[in-house]
Amino acid sequence: MNESSGIQYNDLPDELFTAAGFSEQTAEEVGFSNYSYWRSTLRTFLKSPLIRVMLIVVAALVAFTFLYPMISDIDPYSVSLSASDWNQPISAEHPFGTDGVGRDIWARVWYGTRTSFILAAVVAVMQVGLGVILGSIWGYNKRLDWLFFGIYNTITNIPSTIYLVLIAYIIRPGFWTIIIALVSSGWITEARWFRNRILALREADYNVASRCLKTPMRRIISRNIVPRIMSLIIMDAALTIPSSIGSEVFLSFIGLGIPTEWVTLGNLVNQSRSSFTVYPFQMLCPTAILCIITVSFYIIGNRFADASDPKNHV
Amino acid sequence: MGRYYLSKLGQALITIVLVVLVVFTLLRFMPTTGYFSKEEYKEMTEVERNAYLRSIGVLDPTLVQLKNFVVKLFQGDLGRSITVYPKSPITEILADKVKYTVLLNIFSLILSYAAGLSLGVAMARYKGRLVDHLGTVYVVAIRSIPSIIILFFVQVGLSKLLDLPMMFYIDRPSSWILPVLSLSFSSIAGTAIWLRRYIVDEENRDYIKFARAKGLSQNYIMVRHVFRNAIVPIAINFPSDILLLISGGLITESLYSVPGMGGLLIQSIRALDNNLVQVLVLIFSTLSVFGVFLGDIFVSFVDPRIKLTADPQ
Repeated sequence: MNESSGIQYNDLPDELFTAAGFSEQTAEEVGFSNYSYWRSTLRTFLKSPLIRVMLIVVAALVAFTFLYPMISDIDPYSVSLSASDWNQPISAEHPFGTDGVGRDIWARVWYGTRTSFILAAVVAVMQVGLGVILGSIWGYNKRLDWLFFGIYNTITNIPSTIYLVLIAYIIRPGFWTIIIALVSSGWITEARWFRNRILALREADYNVASRCLKTPMRRIISRNIVPRIMSLIIMDAALTIPSSIGSEVFLSFIGLGIPTEWVTLGNLVNQSRSSFTVYPFQMLCPTAILCIITVSFYIIGNRFADASDPKNHV
Repeated sequence: MGRYYLSKLGQALITIVLVVLVVFTLLRFMPTTGYFSKEEYKEMTEVERNAYLRSIGVLDPTLVQLKNFVVKLFQGDLGRSITVYPKSPITEILADKVKYTVLLNIFSLILSYAAGLSLGVAMARYKGRLVDHLGTVYVVAIRSIPSIIILFFVQVGLSKLLDLPMMFYIDRPSSWILPVLSLSFSSIAGTAIWLRRYIVDEENRDYIKFARAKGLSQNYIMVRHVFRNAIVPIAINFPSDILLLISGGLITESLYSVPGMGGLLIQSIRALDNNLVQVLVLIFSTLSVFGVFLGDIFVSFVDPRIKLTADPQ
């Protein structure tokens, strides 16, 4: 050792040092980062202007479809007997024109959108709800693997359109038939997906680390697992909406949809298809609204999926 | 090595039995009006109808009916259509229909793999550039807008724009173009977006960086390493696609009035023809289970690791 160079630490006077002591506040600060999962997710999610516009559009559309029956007294079912009211072009009185029997298409579009929204929301809640509950049961009980995998193989091996058609054919076509058909085939895919997420989450390195550090289970569940699962639920629900609306349109096309007396987006689009070449607006207007809804939900769902993944957080 | 195939075959057979049981049981709940043609239904009294239903055996227990169905199936008898083609044997109807569906779908299969694979590769190669953005717009549109709407506008728009027939005629090749295109749209989108993703994932792997560091050419890396690995998850669907050629596109065939199998299912549903619905649904579901099985086999040739990890010797 070279004693002549450098400082002799032992010679430093004690007065230069103060003991840090125990401070609860600084201890807490070391223990927590001010990283908040939801704040980061939302910040990443809302960074894109496209998403902000789409959120506003979707919120406005949803609000308007549910408010419309209250602010307007036009009956979407009222048929006109005088031929002068039939197939009217777009005007101030009829913003989307009228159809072949004089019904106001603007009113029909909003009533139809409302039916489709309710349908999609019921399917989303039931399907994702069942998926989460059964997926957790599956994820925590390895002994049930044979049962769930059996069901999974059986249902997913039948092409979903065929299954949908089969159920709708057997039960009388109607609002609940579509829901039953969609939920009874969709739950198992959701359950499998959530099972895999839950298994992966439980064994994820940061959760293993938390367990090693003796973080209480309550805290792991509330801070690490539930927020992640919640965001998966939101994303999944958003993505089932366009597919449910699409399935309604499909079933209505093959004649197994909601009875044609009801106004739904599927019925509107399919009824106006035959007169498209003569009166294109009768089909274009409902279709435009439908596409705005499905495309927005699809993009919102996918972007939210990216934003909710902690790997993409800054 | 044989064990892998045997276990997959066993799984497939069990699944086929389960699927047939489930579908057949569900089909027992079909509306019984679907066993009569309109005139018959009107002419018969309630008692006669019941007697008729009993005589054709649809009031027997499900398992007995299934046994009868399977026995007849092996004798090459699928029963007779009721309302769509009254009294004609279903085997004859199908033999007539299947060729159009298969022909159309072979063209569409070639087109969708050729276009899907090239689009996927192009999107990954020029990631973040114009091709990638356009491709993404295409995929989002195909996946979020109900296909009936897209296919309808394609039918109306392109037939006017390119001066092509709006309906399908057996003897006019130009009328085949639009149905083939329509059948391919969604599989092009599926293949392209997954391939892009697998390629991008694969390119970030260490072994690719190593290959690059060794000085291998970009083309060699892409063809021999990246593509070879990225194609595996795509290849698993290939046999299914071939088998499901027979089911055809329900919507496309119906829009263009193609006299094929998919259109037939829709026709038989609209006409409430129980026998025909039953046969078609069972055919389509069995084929798709079999397709999944063949997919597992096929992919084990494309990627030998799958077989080796599944059965260590």
